[in-house]
Amino acid sequence: MTLRGYFDNSATTRPCEEAVNAVNIALRECWGNPSSLHFKGTESERLLEDSRRSVASLLSCESEEIYFTSGGTEGNNLAVFGAAHKLRRNGNRIVSTSIEHPSVDEALTQLGREGFEIIRIKPDSFGRIAEEDIISAVNSDTILVTMMLVNNEVGSIIPVRAAKRAVTRAKAPALIHCDAVQAFGKIPVKPSQLGADIVTVSSHKIHGPKGVGAIYIKNGVKILPRAFGGEQESHIRPGTQAMPAVAGFGAAAEAIGDMKESLERVTLIRDHMLKRFEEIGGIRINSAPDALPYITNISVIGIKSEPMLNYLSSEGICVSSGSACSKGKRSRVLTEMGLDKEAMESPLRISFSRFTTKEETDRLVDAVASGKSGIRSK
Amino acid sequence: MKEVILIKNGELALKGLNRRTFEDMLIKNMKNRLRSLGDFTFEVQQSTIIAQPDSEDIDLDQAVERVGRVFGIAAFSRAAACEKDFQKILSCAAEYLEEDLEGASTFKVEAKRSDKKFPLTSPEICREAGGYLLNKFPHLTVDVHNPDITVNIEIRDTAAFIHGRQIKGAGGMPTGSSGKACLLISGGIDSPVAGYMMAKRGLSLTAVHFASPPYTSEKAEQKVHRLLERVTRFSGRIGLWVVHFTEIQENIKDNCPEEMFTVIMRRMMMRVAQLIAQRENAGALITGESVGQVASQTMPAIACTDAVCEIPVFRPLIGMDKDEVIDIARNKTDTFDLSVLPYEDCCTVFTPRHPRTRPTLDYAEKAETGFDWRPMVEEAARTARLVVIG
Repeated sequence: MTLRGYFDNSATTRPCEEAVNAVNIALRECWGNPSSLHFKGTESERLLEDSRRSVASLLSCESEEIYFTSGGTEGNNLAVFGAAHKLRRNGNRIVSTSIEHPSVDEALTQLGREGFEIIRIKPDSFGRIAEEDIISAVNSDTILVTMMLVNNEVGSIIPVRAAKRAVTRAKAPALIHCDAVQAFGKIPVKPSQLGADIVTVSSHKIHGPKGVGAIYIKNGVKILPRAFGGEQESHIRPGTQAMPAVAGFGAAAEAIGDMKESLERVTLIRDHMLKRFEEIGGIRINSAPDALPYITNISVIGIKSEPMLNYLSSEGICVSSGSACSKGKRSRVLTEMGLDKEAMESPLRISFSRFTTKEETDRLVDAVASGKSGIRSK
Repeated sequence: MKEVILIKNGELALKGLNRRTFEDMLIKNMKNRLRSLGDFTFEVQQSTIIAQPDSEDIDLDQAVERVGRVFGIAAFSRAAACEKDFQKILSCAAEYLEEDLEGASTFKVEAKRSDKKFPLTSPEICREAGGYLLNKFPHLTVDVHNPDITVNIEIRDTAAFIHGRQIKGAGGMPTGSSGKACLLISGGIDSPVAGYMMAKRGLSLTAVHFASPPYTSEKAEQKVHRLLERVTRFSGRIGLWVVHFTEIQENIKDNCPEEMFTVIMRRMMMRVAQLIAQRENAGALITGESVGQVASQTMPAIACTDAVCEIPVFRPLIGMDKDEVIDIARNKTDTFDLSVLPYEDCCTVFTPRHPRTRPTLDYAEKAETGFDWRPMVEEAARTARLVVIG
């Protein structure tokens, strides 16, 4: 099957050449254990620290504030549990939203079972979270505020900055964690500007290899590790680093280029796509007008997600249904947004990358249009 | 010391003159199932089949696991084969079952002597061996009624065999001994269980799956491959025919009354499956239906689907509750976790809002006159794609 359009970049991205080369070199030449004392070890350690610097530079932070993990899910778990358990004597409330990624949401559910009070702020009908709600949810008993910067299903941008104000105002002992997996490499993610103490990012959403990610932990902030048994990553994440993937991550971070320019280009393509969807008619846009243009959630009214997705796939075009699957399992985010029944049955998530072109987007729109007329509605 | 597997066949003993054929079939099935582990030599002695690995490198743990899933076996055991010299038999028993005997506190010895030329009688063997083992393992006491371990000594024509525990076999009859049938499989919980149950009664399986892209996905078909792979552990190799069903389903949707979608769809499926069954020399169809489970499985609905079949339709789950089926899917076929993967399958496409639960045959026949399905059914059967599983 030839790929005629890839619009599932929020699930994963195609590794860029720079990343592929870096992985190759790490596998073929620089394969030592970075903790070893001999020259093969030092060689690898140099590669490890170079990669760390590359990721740190994209986050505008110090390289010693970067800890490599296996990816977004591990990073979020480490951040949420590590912070909550570290501060459990200082308070009991954790503030979050009801549209977090499962790796935060289910970690919070577990913390709820352990006795923490979990507050999940609800979004509006576009998946946006109001600043006032964050401010009023944080009290002096709050030990953790954890929020994503960009929602993975609808692209809404969450005003994470408000968390800092809320914490200061409430005189709470809280740490602030931001899951920036979907924002990283698309818009500037600067922990200091976000007011975040911990930030999660992942490699394979920025054209790097899978199996690696990182968390930023602000200098001076302490969290508890989830695993024990090694000195790697300053005891925060023990275990020999996955060097080929780490090297690829570093290279992918280096290769990001001008984010502002990419965003402008992607915005134009997104606007063009929305205009064409409007011409076709019968397509509801579930994403907010001010959502990150890289992620657009639509509902093709009357056509269930799965047949449309299968049809597009048979045309060489990849999108995601936004919800896990048919058979009753519905998207939690869209449910929280209060979508009506028709829109709930037919969501598609179209997610761009900086490599997305207008031509392939036109192929997507054409295929959606022909799917819409060819597929029997339920 | 050589280790072998002693296999007692089940209902085979009852089958009179056919016994030989059945035994041959059982041995063939075992050979197939064990092939990837290495070669075994099979020998029939009285009502026992002895499977002996040709090389010592063969993983006998794996072999035992696989033999446990071959139908037509009532019970089997791992045994040590030993020369028919009583002193050697005694030391072999002590050595082979050492671990079991060390872990037990009571035991007994049972002996079977089919080689009547052997100098000791069965009671004598028991007595002598019991004394010998008591001496070797002084912590043991004899308990003839409820021992922790039974030491079995069998004196057969070619050798003596020593074994401890007997393992219950999968039961049933050797797959293939009852012929071949065609399983309709959607990807739900029921059909793999139905296939398993009929294989147990000696049927070899071929299967038909209906794919309706784009309404169903490639993943739904892969799920069926994986489900059947689990069934093949019991049934042996299965030829799966994947039928492209989209055109027929779209035509039902466009041209038939909505309340009858499912009944008509099932009639079409039966017709296609029957054509494939005939081509494959399969004598019956197998489905996972159970009375009243869903609208298309009420008695009148089943009557409507049955009416298009000229060969028998076996429905082994017909009187079972869902939890009974799930029990088999969990504990026997190990297919439950796969079955509940949430992909749309052919049966969930275009489900009517209010299906008719008491359709009459007249109405079903009238309802499907809305389009010329005959050429489509033939085309679907003709163009079905074969995937060999197992």
